[in-house]
Amino acid sequence: MNTRLERALDAVTAERADAALLTVRGLTVRFRLRGGRTVAAVTDADFDLAPGECLALVGESGCGKSVLASALLGLLPGNAETGGTALLDGTDLLAADEKTLARTVRGRRVGLVPQSPAAHLTPVRTVRAHLEETVRALTGTPRTARRKAAEDAADRAAFPATHLDRHPHELSGGLAQRAATALALIGDAPLLLADEPTTGLDRDLVERTADELRRHADDGRGLLLITHDLTAAARIADRVAVMYAGRIVEIAPAHRFFGPTGPAHPYARGLLDALPERAFTPIPGMPPELSALPEGCAFAPRCPRATDQCATVPELRAGVACHHPERPRA
Amino acid sequence: MLELHAITAGYEPRRPVFRGASLTVAPGEAVGLLGPSGCGKSTLARVAALLHRPDAGRLVLDGTEVTAWRHRAPRAWRTAVGVVFQQPRTAADPRLRLADLIAEPLRATGRKTEAADRVAELAPAVGLTPDLLTRRPHEVSDGQLQRACLARALSLSPRWLVCDEMTAMLDASTTAALVAAVETYRAETGAGLLAVGHDRVLLDRWCDRTVDWKDCLPAGTMA
Repeated sequence: MNTRLERALDAVTAERADAALLTVRGLTVRFRLRGGRTVAAVTDADFDLAPGECLALVGESGCGKSVLASALLGLLPGNAETGGTALLDGTDLLAADEKTLARTVRGRRVGLVPQSPAAHLTPVRTVRAHLEETVRALTGTPRTARRKAAEDAADRAAFPATHLDRHPHELSGGLAQRAATALALIGDAPLLLADEPTTGLDRDLVERTADELRRHADDGRGLLLITHDLTAAARIADRVAVMYAGRIVEIAPAHRFFGPTGPAHPYARGLLDALPERAFTPIPGMPPELSALPEGCAFAPRCPRATDQCATVPELRAGVACHHPERPRA
Repeated sequence: MLELHAITAGYEPRRPVFRGASLTVAPGEAVGLLGPSGCGKSTLARVAALLHRPDAGRLVLDGTEVTAWRHRAPRAWRTAVGVVFQQPRTAADPRLRLADLIAEPLRATGRKTEAADRVAELAPAVGLTPDLLTRRPHEVSDGQLQRACLARALSLSPRWLVCDEMTAMLDASTTAALVAAVETYRAETGAGLLAVGHDRVLLDRWCDRTVDWKDCLPAGTMA
């Protein structure tokens, strides 16, 4: 890639950083295990997220996507060590103490749309009880207005008012998803984190859930969509970040990534080619253990383009961390 | 032939999930069954795999009418069908190492002596490396565990395979790898396949024909 283009792209990145809602730099998460072993779950993640933008973070299961989301909410277990910064209008989410996170961040500035909503809801309480409790905790609405506020919250996430008095087990997967989304929206958080929101839903529901999340981004929220479902990402994302073995290996505009140009990183290309509507061929081998990463580029052992150069870790330059990026397809 | 004739099945008396569903899979054929979540397609797959006794209807397996399900079914019937479920976590005994998980059907049918050879044969076929075989389910990813569950389903060389949303939890690359492993096994043995799912693109690519759930039911009964 020529230097002029690279500089131009960097300028765009810098401009985005100025307008960014969330700025993540050098985010690193390590887990210390017994016996002195270390799991490198996330390494040097850099990205920005602007208001009204949807960034999809994609990758195979176990690549560190969900750990990254937990780090942003301060929900990592005790043996985790974090490095780097994650600025959300002036607050560093990684450095903030538990009190700050609990009182000003979770639910208020970062809303979480969880994986498997049915498990996220309390089984013995109705959806209305969930909503009213969250309204009380986050907005301080007086008691008499809470019922109305809960109904409005349900309406915002297109949850039908007729189902408000049902318990979680009486809801279908799609409705449970909307109930969880309604809860995430109550605090009117500028940043929405959706962690695998479409796992296990059928295709129609995936599309509906994705479109609804997109609508919330269009309302001016930043949406970080964590998913392994490339079809859902292609449907709603503005930009795509591909994660492999704890590192972001490519970050690209969605139209370029899914369009005729295609991704530049061999791993990202392999992931797209595995889709049944494309070549339907798997990437050979399996991802490495995060506790025993190879020296240099972690993808090199599975990569058709690997050379001696790949013994050093490639830096993320102009959106790609690869010594031998693929040429555009078209 | 795997023939399901006018099956009515459900979990509560007098409240069946569906009535009169029919589906036929020819020997060596791959049939995709497509339907929305909650329609009853997984229940039909469980009937075909001899894991759920229907309230009414007939299941004919290679010309023999099945009259008993679950533990009541004779071993020869049960071992003719291999099953892979959607959630590998709930389908795997957390105490077993992956090698033992794969060998479990052989042990259960008194063929323990063949276990080591069969595991050595199956592991590379589903893409599992030797170091993974010594681990327990909590030490591997969903994709790796599902690979082991597929190897377990193949360990008795079944003539029929039932894959119930086998890849719904998995990423694109692992999906393609598991489907390739199933197809390699079918090419070698001529086994028939019933793949249940809700992803039309995937099933159209994978199977010889794809059947919509509503076409399994008698005309005019779709709720």
